[in-house]
Amino acid sequence: MAERATIILHSGDMDKLYSALIIGNGALSMGMEVSIFFTFWGLQRLQKSGLEKGPLSKMHLLGLGKWMINRRMNKAKVASLEKLMADFKDLGGKIIACEMTMEIMGLKKEDLREDWIDAYGAVGTYIQEARTSAITLFI
Amino acid sequence: MAEIKVDVRGQTCPVPLVEMRKAVRRASPGDLIEIVGTHPASKKEIPMAVEDLKLELVSVEGSDNDWTIRIRR
Repeated sequence: MAERATIILHSGDMDKLYSALIIGNGALSMGMEVSIFFTFWGLQRLQKSGLEKGPLSKMHLLGLGKWMINRRMNKAKVASLEKLMADFKDLGGKIIACEMTMEIMGLKKEDLREDWIDAYGAVGTYIQEARTSAITLFI
Repeated sequence: MAEIKVDVRGQTCPVPLVEMRKAVRRASPGDLIEIVGTHPASKKEIPMAVEDLKLELVSVEGSDNDWTIRIRR
């Protein structure tokens, strides 16, 4: 069985979503199985047209900081979150949505990008995967 | 046996690694995959991934900023 990486994405910040998807794609590319659990603020990024909507974790400056970083990222040819998510799914990465967060935030399945989501779960699902993972991260 | 060409010149982390992996998935056993790129870290990391994926590293040529890597699936 392939080694596994399990990531919790608690943050909805743009830069942290980049970290989660880049690490996830790297692990898939190097032959691992990968799951990302989207919980709390992270789950908001799974809302329809929500993927690119996260603020910067630092120096957001009411959007000015994000605009500047996006410009620099475009210049450096950094892939968009849409492409990273498409590649993640293409390489067999799993997305798990936290059910409790859905209740807290009043989100229904139809509010989310159901085409990306492989499963809806809670802490037990995470523990079951994490206990056999070579890498587990909380972002 | 087919030869698959992947051009990731100008692309940065993690795209060269991901495009290599996607090409390997498309390839049949025995196929040759040739990747050309300019991202320095990927020149080191694609061979690491090749080892992890238990593929054959045929060659690594060029400079850190302009390289060609060949892999056999």
